[in-house]
Amino acid sequence: MSAPATLKATSRTMVIDGNEAAAWGAALSRPDVVAVYPITPQSSLVEYLAKFIAEGKMDAELMDVEGEHSVLSVLHGACLAGGRTYSATSAQGLAYMFEPYFRTPGLRLPMVVSLVTRDSVTPCCVWGGQQDAMTVKEVGWIQMYCETQQEICDSIPIAYKVAEHADVMLPVNVCHDGNYLSYGVARVDLPEQEVVDAFLGEKNVNWHACLDPERPMAVDPLTGGAGGIGPSTFVRYRKGQCAGMAAALDVIVAAHEDWGRRTGRYWSPLIEDYRMEDAEVALVTIGSMTGAAKDAVDDARLDGRKVGLVKIKTFRPFPAKVIAKALSKVKAVGVVDRAVNFGWNCGPVFQEVLAALYANPTRVPLISFIGGLAGADITPEHFGRAIADTVRVAAGETMSSPIWLNEFDQ
Amino acid sequence: MHEVRIHGRGGQGAVMASGILAAALVGEGRHVMAIPAFGFERRGAPVVAFLRFDDREIRRVTNIYAPDTVIVIDPTVARSVDVFAGMKPGGTLVQSTKKAAADMVLPSHLARVALCDAVGIAMAIFKRPITNTIMLGAFARATGLVGIDSLVAALEATDFRDAGLKQNIEAVRRGFDETIITQLAAHAA
Repeated sequence: MSAPATLKATSRTMVIDGNEAAAWGAALSRPDVVAVYPITPQSSLVEYLAKFIAEGKMDAELMDVEGEHSVLSVLHGACLAGGRTYSATSAQGLAYMFEPYFRTPGLRLPMVVSLVTRDSVTPCCVWGGQQDAMTVKEVGWIQMYCETQQEICDSIPIAYKVAEHADVMLPVNVCHDGNYLSYGVARVDLPEQEVVDAFLGEKNVNWHACLDPERPMAVDPLTGGAGGIGPSTFVRYRKGQCAGMAAALDVIVAAHEDWGRRTGRYWSPLIEDYRMEDAEVALVTIGSMTGAAKDAVDDARLDGRKVGLVKIKTFRPFPAKVIAKALSKVKAVGVVDRAVNFGWNCGPVFQEVLAALYANPTRVPLISFIGGLAGADITPEHFGRAIADTVRVAAGETMSSPIWLNEFDQ
Repeated sequence: MHEVRIHGRGGQGAVMASGILAAALVGEGRHVMAIPAFGFERRGAPVVAFLRFDDREIRRVTNIYAPDTVIVIDPTVARSVDVFAGMKPGGTLVQSTKKAAADMVLPSHLARVALCDAVGIAMAIFKRPITNTIMLGAFARATGLVGIDSLVAALEATDFRDAGLKQNIEAVRRGFDETIITQLAAHAA
């Protein structure tokens, strides 16, 4: 290795794990109320928040409640009263949170909740995987998946900008992989507070329905049924929710662009193309697995194989058009998931990509790879096998899918 | 890219050591990725932490299977786990022990061993066998890949729960000063 000193540290340079990066991202976004309940591998994240508040680094009300159902319920109240709100959870905590979780997007509450993704019992495990986040993909929250500690820190202010946008008004999950990112330590350059303040602008969290004793109002009365204006009213709410979700795609792109201009860090907002210009086969990845996959793509390129990669950052709403376009010229696609879709015997991202490609005039064969469950590692060697298999599919071979990348790990 | 695997036992601070080393290397302008291996944490159980650094961006967020350097901060953990597993030929072992290199059974592909009586030093400084920062000094001495001043700067930025900063600075310096390096015959220049 050559002499170092290429990368100057500044007073804002930290060497921290992904959970602390998330806590800093939250602190810099100046939430009014934070409600927490600890769960592995999220626990240190909420401990950092409590510490920041205790040390005066963060001016927020910390509500240390008795479980995740209460976490989200108290944040509903805080958000309806006009507060900016934050929490974080994982796996079984998310499961326990589900009842108010389901209500949140329908109430159009622009909160941000980190999901420190973890595989879900049973078999009993406490380690990383994306089964928790993937299980709630149809509930109506926006989902963004981060690749690095720096991206975690930056994506939380970006998430508030998206959530609180008048065209969106929906909650956002900023997802980061349990273990590999939550406990993995790397350099993070904290954005300046003034930069985040200017980016987020004047706080106007909940202009559409605000709990105020001076102006009493009923929020979320019984709606729907089969008579009178019930059905049309219900449809109006649902359509509005879908419109907000659809509008989020452009808002997410604009928010990332704005963040890039202010910080110099231009994260890919929806998807990232890597070496796709002349690619004949492509891998699709999501989250922290992507770096090892890029290394494997480079290795395959050295062997003369024209391989590219598409990483998904925004999974909800699903950026179907840009994915279809990115994959329009390849002869085969291998989609690597860190979770299982039990209904289709494949990975959940695989099923989404399959649906997105239906609109393309040329039928591209796809293969589903599932790896990294319950903390398992997905190494460049695993990705090398995935590339080799995808090349075989491109050559016309039929393979049994899904392929479980860690099936023969010793 | 240089890859390091740290072996220790729960409670000795192997994971904390990897974080301090990461901070020291970032202070020198390196790109660093440190990942603790995970299990059910309990005191005394074998623990592993991984750290890789480079002058280029590091993209892979994976465990380490073929380390260049292995740091063993506990004198007995090598009885429970194969600390040499997957080690690259020509690698370095940085071991906490009272033994001399001649009295140790070492794999033939090792190039260098750096031995430090870290427990003896820890008992003198901390009155407890906490060897993590001592062994970072031993790593600096053995490899020259991180400066002692960078380690001290990283210690100064560390939030120590139950040991003083001054003690840890003394520990890292004594680890550096009191490490004995042996080049192994097969790899002697």
